[in-house]
Amino acid sequence: MTAQRFLPLRDLDFEPMSWDVYANVIIGGLLTGLVYGLMALGLSVIFGVVRVVNFAHGEMMMVAMYLAVLGCGTWGVDPLWLMLPLAALMFVLGYALQSLLVHPFMTRPDHAQFMLLVAVGMILTNGALILFGPDARSIQVDYALDSFELGPLLIDKVRLYAAVAALAVAAALFGFFRLSATGKAIRACADNYRGALVVGLDVRRLFALTFGCGTACVGAAGAMLVLLGDVTPSVGPAYTLLAFVIVIVGGLGSMAGALVAGVLIGVSEALAGLILVPSMKSMVSFGLLILVLLFRPQGLLGRSA
Amino acid sequence: MSRSAPALPGRVRVGLILALALLLAAPWVAGPYLLSVLVLALYYAYVGQAWNVMMGFAGQLSLGHALYVGLGAYVSATLYLHAGIGPWAGAPIAALVSAGAGAVIGFLAFRFGIGGVYFALLTIAFAEFTRIGFEHIDWLGGAGGLFLPVVARGQLDIVDLRGGPRLFYYVLLALTAAALWLCSRLKHSRIGYYWLAIREDPDAARALGIDLFRYRVLAAAISAGMTSIGGTVIAFYYNSLTPADSFGSAKSIEIILGPLVGGLGTLAGPILGAFVLTGLGEALRALLDATGHQVPGATQLFYGLVLLLVIKYLPNGIWPGLARRLGLG
Repeated sequence: MTAQRFLPLRDLDFEPMSWDVYANVIIGGLLTGLVYGLMALGLSVIFGVVRVVNFAHGEMMMVAMYLAVLGCGTWGVDPLWLMLPLAALMFVLGYALQSLLVHPFMTRPDHAQFMLLVAVGMILTNGALILFGPDARSIQVDYALDSFELGPLLIDKVRLYAAVAALAVAAALFGFFRLSATGKAIRACADNYRGALVVGLDVRRLFALTFGCGTACVGAAGAMLVLLGDVTPSVGPAYTLLAFVIVIVGGLGSMAGALVAGVLIGVSEALAGLILVPSMKSMVSFGLLILVLLFRPQGLLGRSA
Repeated sequence: MSRSAPALPGRVRVGLILALALLLAAPWVAGPYLLSVLVLALYYAYVGQAWNVMMGFAGQLSLGHALYVGLGAYVSATLYLHAGIGPWAGAPIAALVSAGAGAVIGFLAFRFGIGGVYFALLTIAFAEFTRIGFEHIDWLGGAGGLFLPVVARGQLDIVDLRGGPRLFYYVLLALTAAALWLCSRLKHSRIGYYWLAIREDPDAARALGIDLFRYRVLAAAISAGMTSIGGTVIAFYYNSLTPADSFGSAKSIEIILGPLVGGLGTLAGPILGAFVLTGLGEALRALLDATGHQVPGATQLFYGLVLLLVIKYLPNGIWPGLARRLGLG
């Protein structure tokens, strides 16, 4: 009988890693986490206002990533410059999806809404498979391997730029919801749907705007994520789940929670990749999701219901 | 059983007998390709019925039923490969393990009051967690999975469930019929009426003294155990199993397409939906092949479109309308 190894544990005779390896991994995870957070922010905004859970979120991210790859391939520009056009394009897509397809489902049972968006996800995934084939696509920029040195710390240029851009988009969205009249009207719809109808707000248009803002976040995040990883047609469900994990850990509907939880998940996945094996890093997020759902379903930062 | 099924009109009874005769004769008439399509349709009809117990009867949306397919496949395959225990004993053991897993997940979720979208996400999370876990268990073949020994072509070993598509066709036909019988018994039993009450209005059901927690956990356990047997059979049919093919989230979605299209909560819906979807999907694939187009993803795209149209225009699925037309409503 051979020795049975249930988990490929690291050999015990490796040299202890010094603290700067951990610090670099944590910084990398933190920066990636901000981009994840932006993607999850979109899901959170849609749920917080429209009360629809976007089961096609990751598939939309996949579409945005393909558009970024295509845009870069065609015009040879840096994907970060495509961030705003992509956000605008995905905004239009989200607006149309909500007002044409999802809005008639607002009064239907929850599971009908989920299944509608699951169907949209299937159509997007397999449409992309037919159009682009199953092979992974990615973009290489000339600064892909550059990094800033801060003493013993190495900070990836790509990750830093992406994270700064993610923060900027998130700040713009915060500003929109806090300061603009439309943003305030949207928050009014979220707080009191009936009251919003009574005072004459065009709820259908406001919901479509909100859905559009959510998918615009996805568009912007997609332009950043093509720098950090490959895209294949089947990548959607993994991003949907990642967005759910982040949003639930941060508290469904909480905007700040999504960003903080994005960082938390980014760092814990990066550390799990270092300490365990990289392919097991998602297990940490799913485990965290299960624990949070069981013990603190309102999220780590959310208010208790 | 508190009441028997209503008497069927004569021509429906004749139709049913004809359909049954056709199903029994099919493997001897159909070519190998059509037979493989029928095996697939029966598999989805069976697991669709199992999922329908949880969602259609008791109103608990599980989007992670691949977990039980995978447990059924892996437990019975491991017992067969490592302990020499054949699938006839292995499948019930696997079903018990899966029912236990379903009960534990149900216990955790319902004890902590997790419902709606949170419950659906919890089921996905458990399935994905298990998938990645199994990919790292070397003893179970890791991400490459397990392979079952194949018998020579034309040989039949019923004891170890080794044989050609005909064997699996009849096994799945018997399972589908047994599931239909079990579901109709459950639906018209006290438990079934409790589930109906819980599905339609949990608060009112609780006010009537129904123990929500107990009956929800029961639905999860029964559904999980039934699904697991389908997982065992399909693994022995394909002779191979991988974590991605067994536990993958796309598999969970494939399981629920049949009941949703056929009619959620109905007895015939999951079977009808599985046959309609598999039939149309394979017809589309054959049509594309015949015109010289190899389009991977075309059938899945088609399933997505059908699901979208059915959800939008036939929210109760195709069976209720069809039943009314046949004079069964």
